[in-house]
Amino acid sequence: MSGSFFGGIHPDDGKKMSEHSEIENLPAPEQVVIPMSLHVGTPCEPLVKPGDTVFLGQKIGEAKGAISAPIHSSVSGVVAAVEPRLHPNGKQVMSVVILNDGKDATEPNSDAQTDKAARDPKALADIIREAGIVGMGGAAFPTHFKISSGIGKADTLIINGAECEPFITADHRIMLESPDEVLSGIRYLTAAMELNKAILAIEANKKNAIALLKKKIGQEKDIEIRVLKTRYPQGAEKQLIQAVTGRLVPPGGLPADIGCAVFNVYTAWSVHRAVEQGIPAIDRIVTVSGPAIADPKNLRVRVGTPVSDLIEAAGGFNGTPLKVLMGGPMMGVALFDISVPVIKATNAILAMGDESEKSVKDPKCIRCGRCVNVCPMHLLPVYMYISEQNDDMQMLDKLNLTDCMECGSCAYVCPGRLHLVSSFRTAKVKLNKFKADRTKQS
Amino acid sequence: MTVLDKELNLTVSSSPHIRFLEDTKSIMLDVIIALLPALAVATYMFGIRALILTAVTCAACVFFEWGYRKLLKKTNDIGDLSAVVTGILLACCLPVSTPLWIAVTGAFFSIIIVKQLFGGIGKNFMNPALAGRAFLFSWPVVMSTWVSPLSYDSFFTLNMADAVTTATPMGSLHVASLPENLTLMQSFFGQVGGSMGEISAFALIVGGLYLLARRVITPIIPLSFLLSVAVVTYVFPRGNDNLQWMLWNLLSGGLMLGAIFMATDYSTSPVTIKGQIIFGVGCGLLTVFIRYFGAYPESVSYSILIMNACVWLIDKVSFPKRFGEKSGGIKKAKEADAK
Ligand code: SF4
Ligand code: SF4
Repeated sequence: MSGSFFGGIHPDDGKKMSEHSEIENLPAPEQVVIPMSLHVGTPCEPLVKPGDTVFLGQKIGEAKGAISAPIHSSVSGVVAAVEPRLHPNGKQVMSVVILNDGKDATEPNSDAQTDKAARDPKALADIIREAGIVGMGGAAFPTHFKISSGIGKADTLIINGAECEPFITADHRIMLESPDEVLSGIRYLTAAMELNKAILAIEANKKNAIALLKKKIGQEKDIEIRVLKTRYPQGAEKQLIQAVTGRLVPPGGLPADIGCAVFNVYTAWSVHRAVEQGIPAIDRIVTVSGPAIADPKNLRVRVGTPVSDLIEAAGGFNGTPLKVLMGGPMMGVALFDISVPVIKATNAILAMGDESEKSVKDPKCIRCGRCVNVCPMHLLPVYMYISEQNDDMQMLDKLNLTDCMECGSCAYVCPGRLHLVSSFRTAKVKLNKFKADRTKQS
Repeated sequence: MTVLDKELNLTVSSSPHIRFLEDTKSIMLDVIIALLPALAVATYMFGIRALILTAVTCAACVFFEWGYRKLLKKTNDIGDLSAVVTGILLACCLPVSTPLWIAVTGAFFSIIIVKQLFGGIGKNFMNPALAGRAFLFSWPVVMSTWVSPLSYDSFFTLNMADAVTTATPMGSLHVASLPENLTLMQSFFGQVGGSMGEISAFALIVGGLYLLARRVITPIIPLSFLLSVAVVTYVFPRGNDNLQWMLWNLLSGGLMLGAIFMATDYSTSPVTIKGQIIFGVGCGLLTVFIRYFGAYPESVSYSILIMNACVWLIDKVSFPKRFGEKSGGIKKAKEADAK
């Protein structure tokens, strides 16, 4: 067992619903909608126009700026439109709409990088950038940027297989079903970081995956498996680093500042495929589950597939859902329209019934302090809430509001059923504005 | 589209989308359950009157809470059961012979003045039950008339003629002597005179263990409170045997009720672990101080009320250390790795 972090919660993980279902291929839809913003950072510039023929894996969006990653077509066919479409984040985002010809035709002259000896860090970083690989655990931070900003600084490479959000089993399944590919991807990442060892961190609840990977690694010394306590948010980057190394990322800092780099297991798998088969990030594993899903599944889905297709493939709804989530129940986004497309960081589609929410008409804080005891960022949610209600900007600043990563642990335990996270989101906007005004004045 | 053609009416709200089972009501219900052993002992020792008194304070508390919020057109809160908890706690710190109208007056003070005028649950800064009790000391004779345990002629009637100022352990301790004609065991199980819910340390500890097991409270405040009382009374036994003196002090008066049920009141105690230790130790030191040098034997309520008034300050000085601040992170960790 590894070290630990302060706070955290033990929600009912609901993983049983899908952890034993093998990954199934969801056939590509007739039409994909690929937003030009699939990552944190600057959106891409579309490279195609309506009427263009595109191949599977062809680059259709060019990265702009350092923190960006190119976007590829997830089907072959004809571009039907390049126009703003609804993004899962609720905004209209420039998107490329492609009619699938069903052929999955690849570029004839594509020279897939199959040179297995290519372990030159520079070459690897280039492949990873060109393949449009981003943090697949949900954050969607461009992987190549993490590599280039971490090289030389990072002495510890951590692969995140914690998957601490309830219900989600996508990473668990990829570790079970493609252990060799995951390990190979980890080795490529190690090489790209110019290191010679990686730590693969997995929560203790995935015993079969731990055993299998340990067997596969055998006597090799370049990958160490670290078993973590099962506790949310174990997979949050800062908490993961704290549990594995005991180091604390400084306020406003990056993992690289304390010598760490963290990548997700699915990212590692994607790196393997990009290096050995030249296939960019065009699909991903999505867990479709939740109490209001009839037949929970793990699906391999093309980027740009409408969420409704996934729900249908999982037997549709079981009763009337209250919410459909993209991502986990702790940090995921509630969708109001299920025609939005799957993006690179979509690890789950969950349908929740109303019994999960337990909302009350009139939330009241009873000052029980539970929120304080679970906050992994050492914050005082109860006071942050009061300050937000009173518009006390100075206090919010003093309470280190900006450290809040919106993990939801505080709201989860709050017996008064306060909407803490939503209050903190509002507070952050207010505080930013307040700070901006202050700098303007001075 | 087979399964999805019906209209979906999806809710969009902020994460998290799941919540823990426990809510305010379930917590309050747990506190009520935890107080049942103490009530049972009180009823056994003092007869049915103990239950009547409790029923009256509870009914009064709930009624005042309901009436106030109704009158001011605020949301109705009585469903959260917190008024019931206040009612039981108030009854626990009254002598069983307290006239009912005085008990109702106490309930009025607790709920209206101390709790609702400050905004209701979670917003009051003094413990309502304790403040109500302090207020009732306006009737000092009533509040220090102690009925001897098991002295009733019939379970169903309280022999008020017997309701004289029986010696209580606290009375002796106050004049620096160990109680006579009483054993520690009698005191532990509650066969002594005193406020009806305070007499049995045993029953209160059972309730406290239940609260700990249900994670309604953490041990920090009760332990730091009790330990500081234990240490100071052991070290300064006022001319008595250290151990005897310490045990009598721990088992007498309102200490157990105060440390387990009153000082742990959420609204009126600090939220950080550091703050809770400061709070608990403060309560403990004040308790001994008032017991040694105060004019009244009653000390726990006042100590807690004084500390209640300091909570805002304690919370201010016990800010948790910011995550990752000045951790010397990498250097230290690297050194550790090197070893
Ligand atoms: S958990 Fe909720 S009720 Fe308890 S102190 Fe925090 S905000 Fe208040
Ligand atoms: S959401 Fe923010 S305040 Fe709440 S527990 Fe997580 S980091 Fe702490």
